[in-house]
Amino acid sequence: MSAPLRVFIADDEAPARERMKSLLADIRPSVATSLAGEAANGLEVIERLPASGAQVLLLDIQMPGMGGLELARHLAGLQSAPAIVFVTAHDRHAVEAFELNALDYLMKPVRAERLAAALKKAAAAGPAPRERLERAGEQAHAGAREFFSVSERNRIVLVPVGEVLYLKAELKYVTLRTKAGEHLIEEPLVSIEREFAERFVRVHRNCLVARGAIRGFERGGGETEEEPHWNVVLEGLSERLPVSRRQWPALRALLPEARE
Amino acid sequence: MVSIRQNEYPNALPDFRNLGVVARILLVANLLALAAALVREAEPGRVLEAFVQSTVLVEPPLLATLVLLLAGAPLLRRLPWWRGCALVLALVLALSAGAHALLGAIAGVGLVRMLVLAALATALVLAYLWLHQRAYSPALAEARLQALQARIRPHFLFNSLNAVLALMRSDPKRAERTLEDLADLFRALMSDGRNLVRVADEIGLIERYAAIEQLRLGERLRMSWELDEAPVDALLPPLVLQPLLENAIYHGVEPGTGTSDVLVRVERRGNRVHVLVENPAPPPGAPPRHGNHLALDNIRERLMLFFDADARLETGERDGRYRVELEMPYRAGRA
Repeated sequence: MSAPLRVFIADDEAPARERMKSLLADIRPSVATSLAGEAANGLEVIERLPASGAQVLLLDIQMPGMGGLELARHLAGLQSAPAIVFVTAHDRHAVEAFELNALDYLMKPVRAERLAAALKKAAAAGPAPRERLERAGEQAHAGAREFFSVSERNRIVLVPVGEVLYLKAELKYVTLRTKAGEHLIEEPLVSIEREFAERFVRVHRNCLVARGAIRGFERGGGETEEEPHWNVVLEGLSERLPVSRRQWPALRALLPEARE
Repeated sequence: MVSIRQNEYPNALPDFRNLGVVARILLVANLLALAAALVREAEPGRVLEAFVQSTVLVEPPLLATLVLLLAGAPLLRRLPWWRGCALVLALVLALSAGAHALLGAIAGVGLVRMLVLAALATALVLAYLWLHQRAYSPALAEARLQALQARIRPHFLFNSLNAVLALMRSDPKRAERTLEDLADLFRALMSDGRNLVRVADEIGLIERYAAIEQLRLGERLRMSWELDEAPVDALLPPLVLQPLLENAIYHGVEPGTGTSDVLVRVERRGNRVHVLVENPAPPPGAPPRHGNHLALDNIRERLMLFFDADARLETGERDGRYRVELEMPYRAGRA
């Protein structure tokens, strides 16, 4: 017999976690499990799960701190990402999204047989690819994420979306710039632009800036460089970012008081 | 049994104690006086003058009639419509004659002319109120009330059942109690939404509801109740308080990870019943949870159907607390 499956339980209601534990005990004859950890909100999961060695996460999608669908996307970046079984009491949109993207889910109150089947399936299939989670997030009307995440080997660093001043694509990575520093994430700029259309605006083929951080524009380049162009000035940054000629008309419209 | 079906005659007089009815009478009567002035005077400048002059004769009997109707409202509501109308007409004519005896000399209008005009105006106002009432006729209002029947979020039902299942083995007694509470709650939800209920019953219901939420949320929910001054015999539409508390918990407690305080206060101030439900406002930037306004609009519309313009529901934020205030007329009764 193989080693017991390490299961992590995330639910904000204590009775719901208790119930899940007694169900896991009930199905032990058919699926051997051990408890890798518990969490009562999204941030606790981010903190505790990576080091827990969890193979399967039973994730309630309606938790304070961070929604389950966003959480799943952050976890997908882990080297040893767990397989996720979503749990919901009643969320039509989410259930539809799970169905469309072949993600496994359980409805509360959970039945023992369904739980056993879901665990076996999850153990066999492993973690779902990130793209499927992303698509499910969009389809479930979960809204834009609240954090970007940087996965280190055994840890997830969250960067609140509100702190990001600009994002710049360089080769394989995208650099996130906040007041405090820089982070590298592995996500295409195009999908970030689509997800956060209200927050970030494109200034250049390879760069998005936070609309709220734009303080103005100034002339750049000139005689010394090949072509004169506009630079965008961001709050709290001495660095200037070039604006492409293609984006300039749209950007100028954002700042009616922009001077020549 | 008190319900909006108390309006058994399709042609009953409206409730003259209702603020909305009083406002409509004042408005229509004065508009008629203005129209009369417009007809009589061609010059724009003289119209206003004529209107002001006519008010000397119009307002005193009008206001006196309203006061007497207010006092006699319970009696009038028991009369068949045509008798009620006759009584109102007689009242208006008597008061107009009295006003004419006192003030006729100032206005310079003959008694007969004044009485005919007063009778016409009264007929028009009664006809308008009759039409208005037909538009909101009990049958129509009933259909709307049924459509507006309060609904609990399914999310709450399934999570509660899940919590009960968790208790079955560890604390069977508490599991039993919770199922009883759930049964009471759903009995109320499935009951006839057209009958008024007593404040005491409604409070009992939200206490049961809070007990279930307490089980699910544990120390994340801290309830405070200020119910000592609650008018237990006051009547209100069913399930008006429960959605307010449900909203408070859904928007004010569930999104937080720490402990959140929720306050429920019910009290009587003079002839009004005041309800306050308070919860922590969500932190700025938190993603909004949807569905808030549906419940509030639903309650507003039901209050409108029961109390016309005499009840109000207001929401606002003060000192980081989200407040919902509900005010309605105090009517005692046994449901």
